[in-house]
Amino acid sequence: MARQPSRLHIWFFRHLQVALASLGRLSRSPVATLMTSTVLGIAVSLPAGMWVMLDNVKQISGSWDGGASISMFLKNETSDTQIEVLINRLVKMPEIDSVDLITRDDALIEFQQFSGFGKALEVIQENPLPAVLVISPTPDHSSPEKSELLLTKLNQESHADFAQLDLEWVRRFHAITDIAIRAVIVLATLLSLAVLLIIGNTIRLEIQNRQAEIEITKLIGATNAFIRRPFLYSGFWYGLLGGLIAWLLVTVSLWLLSGPIEKLTGLYQSEFSLDILGLSTTVTLLLGTAFLGLAGAWLAVSRHLSAIEPE
Amino acid sequence: MISGRLMPMISLPLCLIMIRFDNVTKRYAGGHEGLSNVSFHMEPGEMAFLTGHSGAGKSTLLKLIGLLEHSTRGQVMVDGRNLGKVSSSQIPYHRRKIGMIFQDHRLLPDRTVFDNVALPLIVSGASRSEIGRRVRAALDKVNLLNREKAFPVTLSGGEQQRVGIARAVVSKPPVVVADEPTGNLDPELSEEIMNLFQQFNQVGVTLLIASHDISLVTKMRQRVITLNAGQLVADTHHPVN
Repeated sequence: MARQPSRLHIWFFRHLQVALASLGRLSRSPVATLMTSTVLGIAVSLPAGMWVMLDNVKQISGSWDGGASISMFLKNETSDTQIEVLINRLVKMPEIDSVDLITRDDALIEFQQFSGFGKALEVIQENPLPAVLVISPTPDHSSPEKSELLLTKLNQESHADFAQLDLEWVRRFHAITDIAIRAVIVLATLLSLAVLLIIGNTIRLEIQNRQAEIEITKLIGATNAFIRRPFLYSGFWYGLLGGLIAWLLVTVSLWLLSGPIEKLTGLYQSEFSLDILGLSTTVTLLLGTAFLGLAGAWLAVSRHLSAIEPE
Repeated sequence: MISGRLMPMISLPLCLIMIRFDNVTKRYAGGHEGLSNVSFHMEPGEMAFLTGHSGAGKSTLLKLIGLLEHSTRGQVMVDGRNLGKVSSSQIPYHRRKIGMIFQDHRLLPDRTVFDNVALPLIVSGASRSEIGRRVRAALDKVNLLNREKAFPVTLSGGEQQRVGIARAVVSKPPVVVADEPTGNLDPELSEEIMNLFQQFNQVGVTLLIASHDISLVTKMRQRVITLNAGQLVADTHHPVN
């Protein structure tokens, strides 16, 4: 009796067997299985995809946060020497870290390159664009309040047409992303509920189809846990398959979007590139959908299995 | 031949009785009485037939033993246990002690003969090697060892019933009940099935077989319990030869 397998071994082996048997049952009707899991996949891919996009957006705005810079638009009549004097004075201010000059010519070239209005500019004889000083505050003075103080100071400069704090729209942007995050959470909750119900209904139908089998196994002394198990595994597999399909849909969508987005971010001279689904997001997605599948199956099983009694 | 197995059991008074019905009444929801005041008992290793017209209460009686139904009044005891006190979570464990055989076999059509017979062992958590050994032993007893990979639909009625019998005895339950096991079979096959039952009885299994085939039952020269309209009207013991 030395080689008698332990109870734990038997238990583990039995679970593995049931899990594989459930998978085998699903694979025997591939079209139906694929259709159900694709519905799940689409439902899950919507919030998952939006979440990834938001994550990317947050990443960009995060890089803006630290170095909120002030753009100072100079009056057109300001001469080059006046600008140079101004820059020299600004750089010496304790609040200011660095000053970058975008001359009127630089601005024109850039505008012609990226805006698509190059031809229109040729018609206008004069360069309409002002010179801009991009002023970065020192880290000590980059908090919203201190930047605000610096801004009022800079607005009083005689050569300044007006100065504008970029942080303003970073803040608005944050507010918008907060709303978007909330919307994604609401959407994810609703669609998770949909997944739960879809799987619950699929398992309910499976229970109905296998009613005779359930009766027979109850007759020969199967416990409810034993009868429940294959259905729970079915739900688990449906969920996991749905998660895989969602992953595929999101990845393909991101890949399709990455080209245009890189072009767009190029216009803002950003090095930004779209992040695809990372490992941890992928694992969370798959575990989440598998859990939803399990929960949906549990719902169906606890409602319908006890009603089936042998006669 | 059986005394070696049964002697220790007989020495314990509690085990003298395997199945006991005490004034058992089963009334269905509509008010119809399936069984009225039925009392009898069976000793371990005893074999008996249950006869009567259809609707006499044979199936009801067998269902009470397998806890497919609960008695309305009276007490059913199986293997020293009062079935009125078995909680619903304990029912599966009770059913594992009862091998049940049906007229319509109740096999799983999408599983092989081997898997069908193995089901009670899988349900009770036997190891793989044990399952293989016991299933083959059971199939050998019913002479179907060469058909273990076949699916039930490819078998004849008699063969399907033998698979059902193998499934009922594979986990060596102390009690086997059969509800019209030969109902769909011709006389020759019926006798074959009955001979099988007799062999199981000889190794100590308590057997209760419901059948309306009086001529077949008489031929078997065993105890006969007769029901009529839910009442026990006759209980004749035949001398064992």
